[in-house]
Amino acid sequence: MVADAGAVVALANLTVSYRRHPALHHISGSFAPGSLTAVVGPNGSGKSTLLKSIVGLLPAAPGALRVALAPERIAYLPQIADIDRSFPIDVRDCVLLGCWGECGAWGGAGRARLARVDAALKAVGLEGFERRGVGSLSTGQLQRVMFARLLVQDAALILLDEPFNAVDARTTAALLALVRRWHGEQRTVIAVLHDDSLVRAHFPQTLLLARELVGWGATADVLTDANLRRARAMAEAWDEAAGLCAIDAPAPLQAAQGRAIDRHGAQAASNPASAHSARKTPA
Amino acid sequence: MTGLAAWLWDTALSPFAEFAFMRRALVATLALSLSAAPLGVFLTLRRMSLLGDALSHAVLPGVAIGFMLGGLSLTAMALGGVLAGMAVAALAGLVTRFTALKEDASLAAIYLMALALGVTLISGHGTQLDLLHILFGSALGVDRPGLLMVAGVASVSVVLLAAMYRGLVLESFDPVFLAASRRCGWLWQQGFLMLVVVNLVAGFQTLGTLMAVGLMMLPAVSSRLWHDTLAAQLLNASAQAMLASVAGLLLSYHLDTPSGPTIIGCAGALYMVSLLVAPGGWLPRVLRRRHRLA
Repeated sequence: MVADAGAVVALANLTVSYRRHPALHHISGSFAPGSLTAVVGPNGSGKSTLLKSIVGLLPAAPGALRVALAPERIAYLPQIADIDRSFPIDVRDCVLLGCWGECGAWGGAGRARLARVDAALKAVGLEGFERRGVGSLSTGQLQRVMFARLLVQDAALILLDEPFNAVDARTTAALLALVRRWHGEQRTVIAVLHDDSLVRAHFPQTLLLARELVGWGATADVLTDANLRRARAMAEAWDEAAGLCAIDAPAPLQAAQGRAIDRHGAQAASNPASAHSARKTPA
Repeated sequence: MTGLAAWLWDTALSPFAEFAFMRRALVATLALSLSAAPLGVFLTLRRMSLLGDALSHAVLPGVAIGFMLGGLSLTAMALGGVLAGMAVAALAGLVTRFTALKEDASLAAIYLMALALGVTLISGHGTQLDLLHILFGSALGVDRPGLLMVAGVASVSVVLLAAMYRGLVLESFDPVFLAASRRCGWLWQQGFLMLVVVNLVAGFQTLGTLMAVGLMMLPAVSSRLWHDTLAAQLLNASAQAMLASVAGLLLSYHLDTPSGPTIIGCAGALYMVSLLVAPGGWLPRVLRRRHRLA
């Protein structure tokens, strides 16, 4: 159970709930430095919740989540819908905001930083777009801008939430090349993805979620038919009548109410195999 | 030629040259244009155009308590107004942070409570006339301390807005990015709301709390029709507010109308013109100019 000391992100029995219904249920394991991991699972399986917890947008129980990096060394790309596209800002300023972590509200942009912005725009194939307004871009172009900002952020841990959604094949290929480049530079990359074939082709590690941990390790070992079937069997609806989970309950209470409280809630009980796989230390 | 010069002098310059109260009103409204209109642009960008209106009501209980304690003293009423406005903004911020309510909902709830409190206090301790004065103000009644307050507030808030510019842009454009960087993102929001409160209170003697919102929002809304970049929108908003101030003061002098509403009326006229002819307005759509090849 004790997480690897050299891990970039270590999860120890992490549970995150919305109104007491767990979106992530007792997840343990760790992301090694320089690893390239795909997070897969059906809708509502807690993939985005996991990323948000790592970034600190959702509170985690003390000790359940350890990130071995300062906040400015972490870059997070949320799903595209979270950005105000009508805002009057041009592409160059938007990418320059990637320097926010290092220069804050008052640091100068400087020639070196502007050169980094130009290089990043070149790397994503958006030369000549510097003065275009963000609102005039297509979805794919905007995603390229977001990747340019990630390049400028120069982070050691990069979290991508469905980065290739609504993006065409050409743009996906270009952005995937950047992900591979980051992997080559020993950065840790965690990406939420829906395309299993893309994951098999490009991501060495996979974390398969269905609120509980279904599998975590080498992609070929995790994305098996049996695992995918188990993930798909996840009940999407909250069970309003579910009992209280007893894993974290203090011992005396557990002993006193052991019979009244279902060990893992109704849903887990119907699938006892998955209820405890969450506690295994992943490969 | 001399006839035209004389006409210009009579209509546009002599009111200011002859009367000190007109000069003070002019300086006060120009200073306010410089600081309040850019704040309005940020409010529209954050889709909080109606927030100024809410906050202008929220200062009322403070103004009333200031009036009860210090009489018709500008300092007491202004101080009370600022404190009340900041308390409402801070309370709403706390509610937003620690409950499921969004910013607009929590602010609406709290400002309505503050407004009820303010009206109760005023009707218990003043006359109808006092309430009218507070709500609609009088630019022509600005005295020296009032002028100093407006000028001071405008200077400080322009400087603070410049200092907060990058944070505010980031917070409006991509709040999740700011929150992920964990640099106290909510501080920008709160600081910005404080600036809005201070500007509304600075405007309350000149224009009244309700009309002060007009100088903040009308030029801001119409400036967004003119430009695609933020810097241009900010400048345009200030310029329109200044134009409305000068025109409004002159009109109210010649037509003998109340100055505050006349100034806002002029800002409204500029807005109508912008609606018609600005690049984002109606006319360019009707003209249907031919498109380019690529």
